[in-house]
Formats: sequence, C-alpha cells, structure tokens
Amino acid sequence: MRRRQKENEGLTIEAHYRSVKDKTLMRLFILPTLVLLIAINVFPLVWSLFLSFANYTAKMTNVWGKNPEMIGVANFHRILTDPEMWVKFITTAKYVIMSVVGEMLLGFGLALLLQLNFKWKGIITTLLILPMTMSPVIVGLMWRLFYEPNWGMFNFLLGLGRIDWISDPARNLYSIVIADVWMWTPFVMLLALAGLSAVPKYLYEAAEIDRASWWFKFTRITLPMIYPILMLALIFRTIEAFKIFDLPMGITGRGAMAPPLLAMHLYNVSFVTWNTSYGSAIGYIMLIMILAITLIFVKYLNKAKQ
Amino acid sequence: MKRKVLWFGVVILCLCGAATFLFAGKEKPAEEQFITIHWAQWAPADYLEKLSEGFTTETGIRVVVEQTPWETFVQKYNTEMIARSDAWDIIVGDSQDIGNMAVNGHYVELTDWIKDHGVDKTFTPASLTYFAEYPKGAGKYFAVPCEGDGLAWAYRKDLFEDPRNKALFKNKYGYELGVPKSWDNLKDIAEFFHDPDKGFYGIAIYGDNGYDSLAMFAEQVIWSFGGELGDYSTYKVDGLLNSEGSIAGIKYYRELFKFVPPGFGDAFYVKCNDAFTAGIVPMSCNYLAFFPALANEATNPYAADTDYFACPPQKGPDGKTRQYAALGGQGASVVTYSKKQDLAFKWLEWFIKEDTQMEWAKLGGYTCHAKVLASDEFLKATPYNPTFKITMEIFKDWWACPEYDVLLRTFSETIAGYVVGGKGTAEEVLNKCTQQWKAIFKEAGYYD
Repeated sequence: MRRRQKENEGLTIEAHYRSVKDKTLMRLFILPTLVLLIAINVFPLVWSLFLSFANYTAKMTNVWGKNPEMIGVANFHRILTDPEMWVKFITTAKYVIMSVVGEMLLGFGLALLLQLNFKWKGIITTLLILPMTMSPVIVGLMWRLFYEPNWGMFNFLLGLGRIDWISDPARNLYSIVIADVWMWTPFVMLLALAGLSAVPKYLYEAAEIDRASWWFKFTRITLPMIYPILMLALIFRTIEAFKIFDLPMGITGRGAMAPPLLAMHLYNVSFVTWNTSYGSAIGYIMLIMILAITLIFVKYLNKAKQ
Repeated sequence: MKRKVLWFGVVILCLCGAATFLFAGKEKPAEEQFITIHWAQWAPADYLEKLSEGFTTETGIRVVVEQTPWETFVQKYNTEMIARSDAWDIIVGDSQDIGNMAVNGHYVELTDWIKDHGVDKTFTPASLTYFAEYPKGAGKYFAVPCEGDGLAWAYRKDLFEDPRNKALFKNKYGYELGVPKSWDNLKDIAEFFHDPDKGFYGIAIYGDNGYDSLAMFAEQVIWSFGGELGDYSTYKVDGLLNSEGSIAGIKYYRELFKFVPPGFGDAFYVKCNDAFTAGIVPMSCNYLAFFPALANEATNPYAADTDYFACPPQKGPDGKTRQYAALGGQGASVVTYSKKQDLAFKWLEWFIKEDTQMEWAKLGGYTCHAKVLASDEFLKATPYNPTFKITMEIFKDWWACPEYDVLLRTFSETIAGYVVGGKGTAEEVLNKCTQQWKAIFKEAGYYD
C-alpha cells in the first residue's frame, strides 16, 4: 500500500516536472518568433508613430532635437489642410469604388455562370483564375505594353486609334482600374463560387415545388445565403484597392502625371524626396482610414452572420 | 566487448584531434581580392566591367560592377548609405547627388588625392566642377569624373538631305533645311515633319516626370533662352527661375512637345530611341550614352543615315545668344564605409591613367580626360564623339545641394502639367515653383 502511494507520489512529481519543462520549452520555441515580430512589426510601427509627430528625414544624419525635431501634430495638420492631399484622397476613393464595384459585379456574375453545366467548364474556370495567380508588378508591366498608344493591343483591338492610356491624366486612372478588375475579378469569383456551392440544394427544390421564379430564388435564397462571403470579398478587395501600389507603378510609373493615388504619394514622399516623418503621418492616416472602413464592413458581416 | 568499444572510440577521437591539429597548422588558401562598384544598369556599366579586366590582369584584384535599374538606382544607393552599408567600395553616383553624399559623409573626401595625382590638371575643369566638387567653387572634391554625358541629338540625314523635303521646307520657312542652327530652327523642323495622319511625328523628346528626365530637358532650354534655375551660391530663386528667359524656355518646351508621338508623356531614353529606330521621327534628343544603339545597324535600321548634333544656340528675349546642354553622367566615389578602401584607391589610380581613359573611350565610355577628349583617335572612334566633345564644352548641371531631389520633384510636378498636359501658363507654373523652392531653401536654413 505504502509502496503504491510512494509510486503515485513519484509519478505526480515527474508529471509536474515534465509540464514545467514543456512550458519552458514552449516559451523558448516562441521566443525567436516573438523577438522577430517585435523587431520587424511592432518596433517600426511605434517608431513611425513617433516620427509622424516629428520633422525628420532619414537621408540626413540623426541629430536629436534637430533631426528628428518634435513638431507635434504639424504633419497631420499639413496633410489635412492641403488641398492637393484632398485631391489624392478623392482620387483614391474613386479608384477603390470603381475597381471594387467592377470586381464584385463581374466576379459574382461569373460565379453564377460557372454554376451552369457546360463543356470545358473545368478548363474555363482554371483559365479565369490565372490573372489572380500572376505577380501584380508583372500584370502592371504587361498592361503597360497593352496600353502603348502606338502599337499596343488595347487600342488596336477596340479600334480606338492612338489614345494615350498611360500618361494622360484624363484616362490613366481608368487604365489602372481596368487592369485591377481584370486581375482581381477571379478572386471574388472564387469566393462566390465557394459560397454558392455551400447553399443547400433542398432550398431550391422547395422553392421549385412552390413554382418560385428565378428572380425570387436569386433574391430570397442565393443572395442572403452567400451575403457573408460576398462581404468578406468586399473587405479584402477594399483594403487591397485602398493601398494599391504595384499595379500603378507598373502601368503609369510614379511620375507627376500618374494618377494621384495615396500609396504612390506615400512612396514619393518617403523614398524619393526622403521626407520620412511626413510619409509616416500619411501612412498613419491611411491606416486609420482602412481600419475605419474595415470596422464598418465587419459590423455588417457580423449582422449578416446573425 | 563494452571495453573494446570504449577503447575504439578513444582511438578514433585521438585520431580526429591529431588530424585537426595537423591541418590547422597548414596555410589557408589565399583569399581572392575583389572590389564592388555600384552603378546604374546600362551599357556603360558593362563597358566599365570589361575595362576593369585590364586592372585585374595587372593587379589580380577582381572588379564586380553591380548594376541597378535607373528607376531605383538613386534610391537604392541612398538607402544603403543611410544604413552605413559596406556592400560597395565605389559608387558611380549621379552628379546632382554629390552634395547629399558629401554633407552626410557617405563619400570619402578626395581633395588631396585629386591634387596629388594631378586629376585637377588632366581632367576637364567643368567635369571636375559638376561631377566631383561640393560646394561648387569650394575646391573640395568627392569623386573622379567617370562617365561624362549630356543631352544631344540624333537626326535622319536622308530626310534632312532629301531634295523634295529641302525644297518644301525652304518654300515654307524661307531658309535651308539642315542641322538646326537655333532652337527656333529646331522647332520649325519638328513642325515641318510632323504628320500624325501618316504616323510620322516631328520629334522625340523626354516627357517622363518620375525622376529627372523632364527637368533635364527643361533646364537646357531655360538656360539657352537666358533663364536660370537660381543662384547656386546664394540660393536665390525669385527673379531667376521665374525670369523672362526661364518663362520663354518653358513656353518653348510646351510648343515643341506638341510634335511628339502619342503617349510621350512618360518618354525617357528607351522611348526616344525606340521612336527613332522605328522610323517615326526625324530627330531625337537623348543622353549621348544611349547613342551606341543608334549607330549600330543591328538595333537601328537607319544607322547608316543617322548623324548627330549638339544642342543648338538660341537668342533669348534679352537679345543675347547662349548655348547650353544638360549634364548627365556620373563620378566615381569611394564609399566611407568600405572595408577595402585601399583596393578602391588602387582602382582609381589605374582608372585615371591616360591609356586607361583612351581604352575607356574606345569601349564606349565617355571620358572626361582633356588630352584623350582632344585626340584625333577619340574624335574618329565613333560618329557621335565630335558631338560629345562640343556637349562637354556647353554643359551645365542641376542643383547639387542635398535638397536636389525635393527640388526635382516639385519642379516636375509643377512643370509637367503645363508642358505635357497643357494646363495653365508658363508664368503660373514657374511662379508656383519659385515659391515652393523658396520654402524648401528657407526650411533647410539657407537664408539664415
């Protein structure tokens, strides 16, 4: 009896010792990732927040009190009171609305079409997904060649003559929207397809028994059932479109005649003219705007789930 | 058995120890010596790598020329220098960036070295001023002129000498069609050849406003019409950047831009050369470093009919005639953070030699060595070398202070809308730019 008690005690101590050891091990394994995360993500976030309240250029030697020099909210005040910055905000908003609406409508439309049974459906679906799998920079450069006014395919195929889609400010925003819609429509299509395939078939069967019309089934069954997944696509695409950089960089470059998009401006301010602190302030304003938009969408998403 | 295994292990361990001791005592194989030069991605960088093979043969030191595309070239080396990187031993950096690099201590000061090695006597004074000196006129040097370059012109001799074109031109403008003798003359020629309905256009010039291309073309017409970008020593811009001459220059640029092919709002060196080799323009402006492609029949079907000329003179609104060309090109500087500065200086010593400079010129590099430049051998080496020599005598450069990049950006942003898009007037955009530049200089403390 005593022996068994002793054995039990020994086992408990060993188990305890093992669990402590496991926890330490677990912490040790997490530590490098944690250190890396702090160094790569958290520190730059905090440092750039500090810089957004300062006057600082990374190009010049650091002299505390002079570079960086604390200037309070002057950078934010300058951004929000500069009429040219508002042109950039409005252009970015236009871009987001045009591209996201285009992608949602086309993506959902294609998903509905792919629900039908037809020959080569598998191959066509795969081909439709291809643009999304390409690198945005490559897509940008490829569309730049398409848009070339003198010998590009775009004007030639549409019979438009020698229209300048790249450096003419009246058109180049639309040229980026077209490329973005071409590239990211498959993403919405894929999500919508996944949503559509998850709608229970018995709902349609029941509606058919009641002789419901196609429109009735679409508005009362299909749309409500895949609304949450469409909201998810909307969130992803809005965030991505808001901070678009690689596609316009490839199509129009970062010149003065390129569309005044926020992310492009942020690049020019931070890495061309090296106004690091002003760039940080623009970055934070963008972050706040993206967070606000996402929160609104997430609220609707949660409502839809309920 | 257990004992035997133990002994076997001990023996193996002893053998390993003995082997380590023996091999550690032996000499390590000699490490290969090399230096890394950073430059933009273009043909002259390939020529430099080829040229440096001679240095390797002489000294055994290998030279790696690392190339970065032009679009990100300046940003890349600025970022590396901010990080105090020793990735490169020499940077062949942009001329206007010399102030930034010197003020922040990224380049080693070469004043004594240049005087000790007689570079101030063997290289052209203008090349030393623009590629190596900061502040201008202070006698402090931070580079050795490496690639002297400037904007010049290529034209189609067959079209210019065609009797029918000549007769039609004389009938319309009242003088002979030929190499333009003034910027006004050049505009007439562009207008004469411009026929969009036939897919032929008057001229190929820069319109890109991402980095410095638009600004470089603009500055040479501003200077030629009697304007100025400002006073480089006092930083005064009001009354200079928006002077009558500067306004006339920018107005001229806008007028000339009406004769470019469609989509030239983003045209830099590639588009200008492409338009010329596609045979859709009779003349094209570009940096001389891009002319080898035009002289080569493999890349230009009109190579046999292509000739070259330097930027022409022009009478300004004040009645004075001036001739200027925008400076391109770069100087070679030793990086402060390099751990192989001794090898870098060895390379520089070899590079400034007269025979190396002649070899450099023969390969296609643009030497700034006065004796080589004046030699018959150099002038006859390529069809565009005589144009290069004239350009080297008339060039001027952009601001070289550390704020040059902000000045470039604001200039491009304000001027491009008028030149490329036709928005506003020359007076409006130059006045706006003047105010912006004054604010930049004030913030930088130049007026204190």
